[in-house]
Amino acid sequence: MKYFVLIAHSPTGWHEMTADEQADAMRQHGDFHRAVGSGMLAGEALADPEAATTLRHKDGQPTLTDGPFAETAEIIGGFYLIDAPDLDTLTDWCRLLPKGYSLEIRPCIDVSVPA
Amino acid sequence: MTADLDRIWRDEWGRLLALLVGQFRRLDLAEDALADAFEAATRTWPRDGIPANPAAWLLTAARRRAIDRIRAEAVAARKEPLLVVDARIQEEAQRAMADAGDSPAALADERLRLVFLCAHPALASEAAAALTLRLVLGVSTADLARLFLVAEPTMAARLTRARKKLALAGVPFALPTPERLAERIDVVATVAYLAFTAGYAPGSGPDVVRAELAGEAIRLTRLLRQLLQGYAAQPPTAGTLLDALLALMLLQHSRRDARVDAAGLVVLLPEQDRARWHHNEIAEALDLLGRLTDGSVTLDARATEFLLQALIAAEHARAASAAATDWPRIATLYAALERLAPSPAVRLARAVAVAEAEGAEAGLSLLEGLAAGLPRSHRLPAIRAELLMRAGRNDEARAAYDLAISLCANDAERAHLAARRAVLA
Repeated sequence: MKYFVLIAHSPTGWHEMTADEQADAMRQHGDFHRAVGSGMLAGEALADPEAATTLRHKDGQPTLTDGPFAETAEIIGGFYLIDAPDLDTLTDWCRLLPKGYSLEIRPCIDVSVPA
Repeated sequence: MTADLDRIWRDEWGRLLALLVGQFRRLDLAEDALADAFEAATRTWPRDGIPANPAAWLLTAARRRAIDRIRAEAVAARKEPLLVVDARIQEEAQRAMADAGDSPAALADERLRLVFLCAHPALASEAAAALTLRLVLGVSTADLARLFLVAEPTMAARLTRARKKLALAGVPFALPTPERLAERIDVVATVAYLAFTAGYAPGSGPDVVRAELAGEAIRLTRLLRQLLQGYAAQPPTAGTLLDALLALMLLQHSRRDARVDAAGLVVLLPEQDRARWHHNEIAEALDLLGRLTDGSVTLDARATEFLLQALIAAEHARAASAAATDWPRIATLYAALERLAPSPAVRLARAVAVAEAEGAEAGLSLLEGLAAGLPRSHRLPAIRAELLMRAGRNDEARAAYDLAISLCANDAERAHLAARRAVLA
């Protein structure tokens, strides 16, 4: 099954970490990558929400606004797209990631888009 | 015949469902097929008589239904590329043919898988509790609605949502890995205890005790203990956790017949007719507690919490009369419980015990500052009122009774409070 793992953390999380703590966090990501192995389909870290642009349509007109689409206490910091046999296996892997994260795990569904 | 069928449903539902899910790997398909098989039994058995092996008859009927449905789905899925459909039919057919090897050990594993599937941490505890009772024990949706105090369509929708979540989220029909087993058993214990306490939660109508349904949680705990016995990966703490939980539930459950009088009114512990307690259940619980406290086993925090609660219930069960209750010991046990798992509810219960052991004023002082933690509960003012009355502070007692009566949503309990207040007037 294909899963989308959304990583959220406190807005100041990463910037307030010491260099050692950041190195620890990177090591944990490394452990995660090794555990997932060939199940890793994609994964990216995202720039801060200040860099976000949201596009919506108002009365049929596209409008761009500055910032993310939802103001939340936690910010979205990155994501993984993972192929896992089942939810239990995936959550076992996800436990390897830094403990400060909130991870939202969503199964992907098949939607056929016309060619 | 209906009684026979009910008994067979009760005894065989979870076992057969586990086998079918194991074979077809699809909860919806297995459940529908088994429900169809039982439905067929209600039609044909009264005419043809109960087969020699009812469970085997039901399993065969359910397997046939399931295979029929897989074929029908394959036909309906004609739009899919032919190869995909072919491969899927072949795969499903192979599973259907390969008899899961209904040996006792394999069967125990299938049933454990079903328990761990339903009581999965990806579900909210209430949904998991309802689904586990439904699928593992075959408790009807109507009974579940009664147990959890919701309308039947609400319960049906809750069960459907839970099933859908399990399928969509990819929750496996699998035994947890040995590293995760202890925490997963913990989740099942929580779910079982939640179902049990739901049966004793006062409703807003005249229905005070849904005790028989609470008993289903005891059945679930017994089943889990039995299935885990002989399971090689069982963590050492699992046995003690489940023993403590079972003892606690048995002790509370043993008082069910004495908790309401003929008019349906609540009978509080001191006034209960102790002859109407189920003494065989008390004996079983005391035996379990004896083994948990003889120093030969180690308990984790969770098991200790259940154990302390069970030991408190055991003190009541042991006392020949309300007057013979060892309140100082109960107060000590509550103090230990509060240290381990502090909560306003535990403090409230401890205050009652301390009032009995040391006097009303000592109990009242433990109630100080609790209102913030229990803002809408009628229990706190009801207990304060009782203790104030005993302390001779009648004006304050009257005011506390009025508050308790205004907060109480249960007819029977409100009548009881009004009667107590009338004593003061």
